[in-house]
Amino acid sequence: MTVRGGFRILGLLALVVLTSASVSLPARAATGRAGLKTFSIVLLRKRYHFNPETLPSLLESHPANLGVAGAEEATYELNTAGKFIGWNFKLDVVTVPDGGNLVATAQQLLAHGPRVIIADLKANDLLTLADLPAAKQSVILDMRTIDDSLRQQQCRANVFHLLPSQAMRTDALAQYLVLKRWTRWFIIQGPTPQDAVYAADIRRSAMRYGAHVVAQKIYNYNPGSRRSDTGYQQIQTQMPLATEVNADYDVIFVADQTDLFGDYLPYNTFAARPVVGTQGLVATAWSPAYQEYAALQMQQRFDLFAHRRMTELDYGGWLAVRIVGNAVMRADITSPIPMRKYLRSKDFLVQSYKGQGLNFRRWDQQLRQPVLLMTPLMTVSISPQHGFLHPGYTTDTLGFDKPESKCHLH
Amino acid sequence: MPSALSRRGAPLLVALACLGVFAARARATELFVSNEIDDTVTVLNGDTYKVIATIPTDQRPRGIVETPDHKYVLVCDGDSGNIDVIDTRTLKVVRRLKTGPDPETLAMSPSGDKVYVSNENNALVTVINFATGKWIRQIPVGIEPEGLAVTHHGHTVVVVSETTSMAHFIDTRTWKVVANVLVDTRPRIAEFTPDQHLLWVSSEVGGTVSVINPRTHRIVHIINFHIPGVDREYIGPVGVRFTSDGRTAFVALGRANRVAVINAKTYRVEKYILVGQRPWQMMFSPHRRRLFVVNGLTNDVTIIDVPSLRAVRSVPVGRLPWGIAVVP
Repeated sequence: MTVRGGFRILGLLALVVLTSASVSLPARAATGRAGLKTFSIVLLRKRYHFNPETLPSLLESHPANLGVAGAEEATYELNTAGKFIGWNFKLDVVTVPDGGNLVATAQQLLAHGPRVIIADLKANDLLTLADLPAAKQSVILDMRTIDDSLRQQQCRANVFHLLPSQAMRTDALAQYLVLKRWTRWFIIQGPTPQDAVYAADIRRSAMRYGAHVVAQKIYNYNPGSRRSDTGYQQIQTQMPLATEVNADYDVIFVADQTDLFGDYLPYNTFAARPVVGTQGLVATAWSPAYQEYAALQMQQRFDLFAHRRMTELDYGGWLAVRIVGNAVMRADITSPIPMRKYLRSKDFLVQSYKGQGLNFRRWDQQLRQPVLLMTPLMTVSISPQHGFLHPGYTTDTLGFDKPESKCHLH
Repeated sequence: MPSALSRRGAPLLVALACLGVFAARARATELFVSNEIDDTVTVLNGDTYKVIATIPTDQRPRGIVETPDHKYVLVCDGDSGNIDVIDTRTLKVVRRLKTGPDPETLAMSPSGDKVYVSNENNALVTVINFATGKWIRQIPVGIEPEGLAVTHHGHTVVVVSETTSMAHFIDTRTWKVVANVLVDTRPRIAEFTPDQHLLWVSSEVGGTVSVINPRTHRIVHIINFHIPGVDREYIGPVGVRFTSDGRTAFVALGRANRVAVINAKTYRVEKYILVGQRPWQMMFSPHRRRLFVVNGLTNDVTIIDVPSLRAVRSVPVGRLPWGIAVVP
């Protein structure tokens, strides 16, 4: 995940980087000197190797505090409320270097019993953490992943997912396309297994909402060096070739999770058709361009705090901390097992800047939520679209509904 | 105008006096509606509901109130950091008060000497001397402060903060926050009952209204809403108004497109009145026989007949109408 359309990226916040050798363990709920009770939240993250030169656009960046800054901003917000009612929140960011020992770090964190952990980890690492015996009784708030598998067969009772799954995203786009009657789709799919899952989600969405996949193609594009002079000339000849198919379609639905070629498609396609999916019109939980439902205030607060724009991963971190804050301040819950129960209950609600409070689906512990449909500069729409109904929550028209769920938590 | 009249002789003058046209303009009740997108205030005649004037304001006008002497209407211009002061006789902006960043809404002290402004982006309430425009105080409160309520004696100001989800009680003699009450998520409006014994706070995302005892600062009741056929997540209580006898409350329910009628003694919801889309703010006519409901998404004002509890009419205003002040 990267900052898209961030025109000014200033100095990055210095992070408290604790390696596995120096994990400090402050008391989880203790009374401090100002008479405030302290609750400390752990954010466990791995610093995955990322080469910014692989970003297609110069307007994108990859700040070191991606995600963490959202959690820090939310901690500041909690303390604004907490100081009025006797709570102080402390965020401990524990960063494991790429190739570092996640298990050892996690075990140290959990040495004194179960905890509330915000996880900024990729799917495999998240499962490693969740499956540690010491983590069984913990609460893990997954602020990063969008993998369907973690909400389906690979779901875990101690993990709560905050960002919309891939299936929620393709459904969000599908509802909008069906509303527009752009129902003939051409899927162009990247080479990764993630892209294959996303392409399967597109097909699933087409089936759910009565659209048709009229063509599908796997495109194994090697972008090479992104920073070449006159590179656009190559792209201008390659993209029309890639998008020439013998079918009449309304939109190109691109499945390119690793940003190999998707951003090259708009205006370079063989036929004059819009591009949606992982690039073009995208489905996301947050965008720096989103300003509806008082999100403007959130964007401005974040910019004042972090001196950069707020990304989806920052929003994930922000949500995670706010969720913990709600449990502590509203329900007076400080230990993991009651917190798990509370998060699954009807009493739980978290503010989202989406015009409604959000809660978790009990069947897979996915946060139900409206999904934004964004171009890099504008909000195009927000799904679920008008007229897509559900007997429970209209947001349950997005992603895996209870009857389709392959997650069996208990 | 009087000099022109004097030349026309006494009989005509008497006739005109009977018709009441001596004032600069005929003075029926007037409704002032702030239009957030248009950067205007629409003025409607309170009898005919015809548009009398469209007054240009600074950017993003939202919170709007009249002064206690009815001489001025004040409107917050969120993106300009100003309050525009509109003369209710000339319908022109005659003054501009600096408020600090992002004023969302405002309230006046009972005597009209002070203006309380919620600075949405700065987690502050700014207190302004209305006569001089000078700032008296800035009081830190929760994040995204919005609705303000002032007691009759003026000693207490309540502000709700949307992101902190609290009602903050400010003592105006010490300018200290003396109590903070955690309410359901995203409180928007605070309103005292006419007898001042209770404070109602609407929570937009929580979908409830908290009834608070302002002396003990405890929540004594939480009102829920159940509307057949409307999903719970669309029920977003915002505006709260009481009839003068304090028996009936009206609560605007945002995306549920309805106004709830509540028995203020039993807290039972007696009726849901269908209005335009996304009603937030509301205001009564001077004798509280009509309730004017501002519908943000349908760009109109629904007029509710209070005795019969029926929506009788809708009148168009500007784009994204936000607040309303009624000048008798």
